[in-house]
Amino acid sequence: MTKKICLLALLAVVAGCSKPSGGGGGSVATGGTIKIGQTMPFSGPASAYGMIGKADAAYFKMINDKGGVNGRKIELVALDDGYSPPKTVEATRKLVESENVLIDFGSVGTASNTAVQGYLNDKKVPQLFVATGGDKWADPAHPWTLGWQPSYSVESKIYAKYLLQTKPDAKMCVLFQNDDFGKDMLSGLKQGFGDQFDKRVIKTASYEVTDPTVDSQIVTLQAAGCDALLTAATPKFAAQSIRKVFDIGWKPLHFVANVGAAITTVLKPAGLDKSVGLITGLYLKDPSEPAMASDPGIVAYQAFMKQYMPGTDPNDTNAVYGYGQSMTLIQVFTQCGDDLSRDNVMKQAKNLSNFELPVALPGIKINTSATDLRPFSQVQLAKFNGTSFERFGSALSAD
Amino acid sequence: MRGAAGRSARARLVLTALVATAALVAPFLLGDYQVYQLSVIVVYIVAVLGFDLLTGFTGQVSLGQGAFFALGAYTGVIALTKLHVPYAATPVLAGAVCFVVGTLFGRTVARLEGLYLALATFALAIATPQILKLDALDAWTGGSQGINFGKPASPLPTLLNDDRSLYFLCLAFAFLLYTGAWNLLRGPTGRALVALRDQPVAAATVGIDVAAYRSTAFGVSALYTGVAGALGALVAGFISPDSYTLFLSIQILVGGVIGGITAIGGAIFGGAFIEIVPDLVSKISDAAPWALYGLLLIVCIMVMPGGVAGLARSILHAAEKSRKARPR
Amino acid sequence: MQALLHQIFSGLANGAIYASVALALVMIFKATHEVNFAQGELAMFSTFVASSLINAGWPYWGAFVATLAFSFVVGVVIERVVMRPLQGAPALNTVVVFIGLLVLFNGLASWIFGHTMREFPSPFPPAAWYGSSYLSPHEVGMIGVTLVVLTIVFLFFRFTRLGLAMRAAAENPHSSRLVGINVGWMLALGWGLAGALGAVAGMMAAPIVYLEPNMMSGVILYGFAAALLGGIDNPWGAPLGGFLVGVLENVAGAYLVGSHLKLALALALIIGVLLFKPSGLFGKTTVVRV
Repeated sequence: MTKKICLLALLAVVAGCSKPSGGGGGSVATGGTIKIGQTMPFSGPASAYGMIGKADAAYFKMINDKGGVNGRKIELVALDDGYSPPKTVEATRKLVESENVLIDFGSVGTASNTAVQGYLNDKKVPQLFVATGGDKWADPAHPWTLGWQPSYSVESKIYAKYLLQTKPDAKMCVLFQNDDFGKDMLSGLKQGFGDQFDKRVIKTASYEVTDPTVDSQIVTLQAAGCDALLTAATPKFAAQSIRKVFDIGWKPLHFVANVGAAITTVLKPAGLDKSVGLITGLYLKDPSEPAMASDPGIVAYQAFMKQYMPGTDPNDTNAVYGYGQSMTLIQVFTQCGDDLSRDNVMKQAKNLSNFELPVALPGIKINTSATDLRPFSQVQLAKFNGTSFERFGSALSAD
Repeated sequence: MRGAAGRSARARLVLTALVATAALVAPFLLGDYQVYQLSVIVVYIVAVLGFDLLTGFTGQVSLGQGAFFALGAYTGVIALTKLHVPYAATPVLAGAVCFVVGTLFGRTVARLEGLYLALATFALAIATPQILKLDALDAWTGGSQGINFGKPASPLPTLLNDDRSLYFLCLAFAFLLYTGAWNLLRGPTGRALVALRDQPVAAATVGIDVAAYRSTAFGVSALYTGVAGALGALVAGFISPDSYTLFLSIQILVGGVIGGITAIGGAIFGGAFIEIVPDLVSKISDAAPWALYGLLLIVCIMVMPGGVAGLARSILHAAEKSRKARPR
Repeated sequence: MQALLHQIFSGLANGAIYASVALALVMIFKATHEVNFAQGELAMFSTFVASSLINAGWPYWGAFVATLAFSFVVGVVIERVVMRPLQGAPALNTVVVFIGLLVLFNGLASWIFGHTMREFPSPFPPAAWYGSSYLSPHEVGMIGVTLVVLTIVFLFFRFTRLGLAMRAAAENPHSSRLVGINVGWMLALGWGLAGALGAVAGMMAAPIVYLEPNMMSGVILYGFAAALLGGIDNPWGAPLGGFLVGVLENVAGAYLVGSHLKLALALALIIGVLLFKPSGLFGKTTVVRV
């Protein structure tokens, strides 16, 4: 008896509720505010990157205090995903389906962003300026996704070209993190060296993020007899690599991936004296560089940090990153004018021409188009002199 | 006495009917995102059931449930993408593979007691993401990138959308496995398992093959966890090594302990807890969700070692007692 | 050949970290017959406390001693408040509390100290006075400290009344009570000493692995492997196991299985030792009483 009633009730509900749901790429009603969302590893193993989200939030607060963009305020909903992809899927669905955000902005993590790339593209929700340097973000098959920073492979391709020019018969070793980041760096080297790859790169060693140290790998690489080394590592392991290379008296031409080349968070713990001669590729200004103290872009950034993020170290490169990334988004919204449909946001995001970010190095510009899906695609090489990175040459692109 | 037992049985029946109705009707009242959340809860319920069967009923402490969850997820997705098995059948395959592997693992570690088994499985949980990344398995597992296969489409798009069809798939498996566990524990196997937990030596002397039971319990538990893993992968549409870290194993442990490991009904509460509470906690304190999680675990095991199920049981008992004490 | 030697030395340095973690595990085990899953996180937390003191202007050794005292107190408090009520409870409850402590201290550290990686000073002179590049001065100092601590722990259990009383309390609480040993305080003392030993391990490891909340998550598994391999009830066997694991990990990583399989190797070691030689290479075989 009860079962029958339940069944009837169920049928009634089915009949009432089986209308299709979910919107397409149309306009999202925003009224006076633009609501955007992001997933951030505020907790869990990658929480250092949570700083990017905090800087994003602070930047939008500043914009709102100044009257917003085209008269509209920005509302940022940042959800913690603990760097776990299943949690990212859930949080992203919440943002899109229950928070009704216009776009997914600046979310952190390669695996996390990969997990929601299909979903966001199916729903035609812009996945803008993901905070990871994977190659896969510039993919015509996913037109609703855009990266931001120079991709890892572009960076390592530039290292390869530089090495070919300056030391054509160098032998290179590579220490890389055993994940997308490390493997993209390797594939960039393959592109850069071309058919010379097997002759130039004679030994590679990987590490896992759970390894206590990379000392053993460095010893292995030194024994291979390389005179150049690329450390494609995250901060902790980059610092270990720099220290160990120095301690064992190995003096290779040492390239360190941008991710692991911040002065305050990597070189200082490793020892500034041990870091002399390191080469990296830069695209953002480093607030700790003395010459930057009077740079207008950095002066504005310092003022922002002082007012909106008091108590945070302004030299944290993640803060510069979030600041610049948010500024790029504001440029997109400014270009959108009053048409804040997802279609138009995506169109404008792919229509940035020679946008000069005040915290980007001179000569390094953001360019996107329907076919150019890489906002940043240049880096400038720099050598560490014991106190700061000295840039040399001009801004280089991979092609 | 009979009246009381009858009342309690009736109360249980009503409760079961209520839960079942809610589970069937809710997806039609909720939006897609909430349906998705419900599916995740059901997945965790199955995983917690697997933990309860092993740890609650045989006393073997496993901190490595995440490893079997991952094995189930990868088996299911590889079957789906490489062997083109229909998606609704992948959890079955995952369960079978996990049963075999779990039994073998259980057989291997059957000698380990208490803390040492916990240690061995703890190590397994820590090493899982690294094993999933192995270069040799790259072609199958997608290495550190994982596999992005997209959510399977609904077979009856006019009646159920994708999220709802996946939800009902999860629910069907959960129902089957739940009833399975219930029958298993009521029969002689259940009694043997409990005897093993409480009196291992005595159990051996009355002819229970301790090692065989333990490894089978491990296998059955792995089967449950593996099915949960495969369902979880289908629901998320994506797998990668980063999805199966030590924290997953800890979450399953938390769900089991909070729900109450010796009552399978507790699994429902435990599964919901895993999914809902971290969000609530991060609303209270953005900075320290983990710290609160740890504190909660400690407090729970000290104040109510029987979990919510144990608490409910003792409240029912107390009510029963006071009713009996009342003069007629 | 030179490369192999180099790998071995570098392995000894890592091994010293595992050895000092293993020593803390031995201390708890000797005192309570339990394996503390949260040992690594406690050590990490202690190291953060030391780092904060040093940043506040304390001299290194002042901070060092204060941290040992702090960690001792934390250990005692955990025993009295959390572990005491669980006496006689099934292993599951104990394990759940250990996991709870692990998560709790990791969360607390992230909350209080943040996630940005910190450098931690080394108390040893920066120049390699022994004229070899195989080991850095800190690594040499750390190995030395580990050996000294090992000796102290060994002597403590072997020759002091307190050490004997602690062993007795763990092995046979009832008889110990009869001969007038305060069993309850012995357990607390064991936890306190293990906390202090863990702090030493953390402060020695931090200049090498750098200080952040997940500092010990990679180390602890090797620490377990070390303690089990050498015998978790053996104050010189377990640290020896640490050095063995360190060398084995490096040599196998470099020449046999490749560096991406190191953690799996530790896992295999743990399960292998538990199954085939549960008392470890140097531990004494125990008989399970019914």
